[in-house]
Amino acid sequence: MIANLAQLAAEETEQNPLIPAGPELLVGTIAFAIVFFFFWKKLLPNINKVLEERRAAIEGGIEEADAMKVEAQSVLEQYKAQLAEARHEAARLRQEAQEQGAALIAEMRAEGQRQREEIVAAGHSQIEADRKAAAGALRQDVGKLATDLAGKLVGESLEDHARQSRVIDRFLDELEEKAEATR
Amino acid sequence: MSDNGCGFPAPGLHSFLFKPMATVGGFEFNKVMLLALVTTVLVIAFFWAAFGNAKVVPGKLQMIGEAGYDFVRRGIVYETLGKREGEKWVPLMVSLFFFIWLMNIWSVIPLAQFPVASVFAFPLVLALLVWVLWVGLTFKRHGFVGFFKNITGYDKSLGAVLPLVMVIEFFSNLFVRPFTHAVRLFANMFAGHLMLVMFTIASWYLLNSWMIPAAGISFVMTMAMICFELFVQAVQAYVFVLLACSYIQGALAEHH
Repeated sequence: MIANLAQLAAEETEQNPLIPAGPELLVGTIAFAIVFFFFWKKLLPNINKVLEERRAAIEGGIEEADAMKVEAQSVLEQYKAQLAEARHEAARLRQEAQEQGAALIAEMRAEGQRQREEIVAAGHSQIEADRKAAAGALRQDVGKLATDLAGKLVGESLEDHARQSRVIDRFLDELEEKAEATR
Repeated sequence: MSDNGCGFPAPGLHSFLFKPMATVGGFEFNKVMLLALVTTVLVIAFFWAAFGNAKVVPGKLQMIGEAGYDFVRRGIVYETLGKREGEKWVPLMVSLFFFIWLMNIWSVIPLAQFPVASVFAFPLVLALLVWVLWVGLTFKRHGFVGFFKNITGYDKSLGAVLPLVMVIEFFSNLFVRPFTHAVRLFANMFAGHLMLVMFTIASWYLLNSWMIPAAGISFVMTMAMICFELFVQAVQAYVFVLLACSYIQGALAEHH
């Protein structure tokens, strides 16, 4: 055992851990070079491509969401505009109806007025006609009564109709003229 | 070494030596190299499964892969280099992070149980790669004079101490930096492995008669160390990549 340890100790005096062995340097270099080569040429380009795709996909998703938001906003504004327009239209229709109603009432009032005036006018003309007829009849009766009375007073018949009526008419006309003049 | 005759097989530098598993034409192939190559295969296999047939709507595996990828890309590269400058460095940094992390994780995987990064050659090649890229980029961006101004921290306002600062910065940046970059990862994994081996062996070694409680404590410590190592493994992978990015960032900066 002691001999063994002595041998180990002897080996250790020769061994300096800070002096690298050539073969180990070579293997270390090769081992790392292979790792680096694979990372550099294959593995990292691979994952970078995918990471880039993922980033693009996420950005695309965000863009899509943004676009949808914008669209929703525009639709909302459209609805609001339509609603406002509808309100406006309703107000306009109400106003129009009011105006129309007012116009109708005014028209009907005018019509009523017109009819009343017509009726009044018709009444007036009727009265005028009646008056004229009454006046005519009165004139005849008065003439007849006058001649009868005069005949009785004179004692002679004033039967000559033609002459008679001319005289009466002239008398009555004079009367009327007098009446006109006094009016 | 424990030479007191108790026979405790204490871990030491020999724990980091492996007998060749196969020798091909004088090339001695050992367990660490095998683990390094299996790391390569597993990293590629996982990300091939995750990203090989990537979908816009990811599956579980792709989601996990994307989380890891995003962590390095946004959390480290974009943070330090910005999106515009950082983009072309993403493949390198992603490869570095997952390669280193898995190399470290072997520390606690049964049967493997060895962090590949605890063999200095492996962190060293990665640190040298970053160093070469950094130096090349600094030359390309700043030209020959600009390169020296950049790496010597040339600043007239320093006055008399400027030459001293320039000498220190020159060595610090050009020679010490790649070394510390590699050693930081190496030493963490190295020490972590020693601790794990130590407690693992102890919990077996102490397993007799009145020592059994001590063995129990040792076993609990082993478990605790495994958890702690899982944390350190991830942190060291993160730190390595973060430093790589900050070096590159220094090369891109207009003024040092």
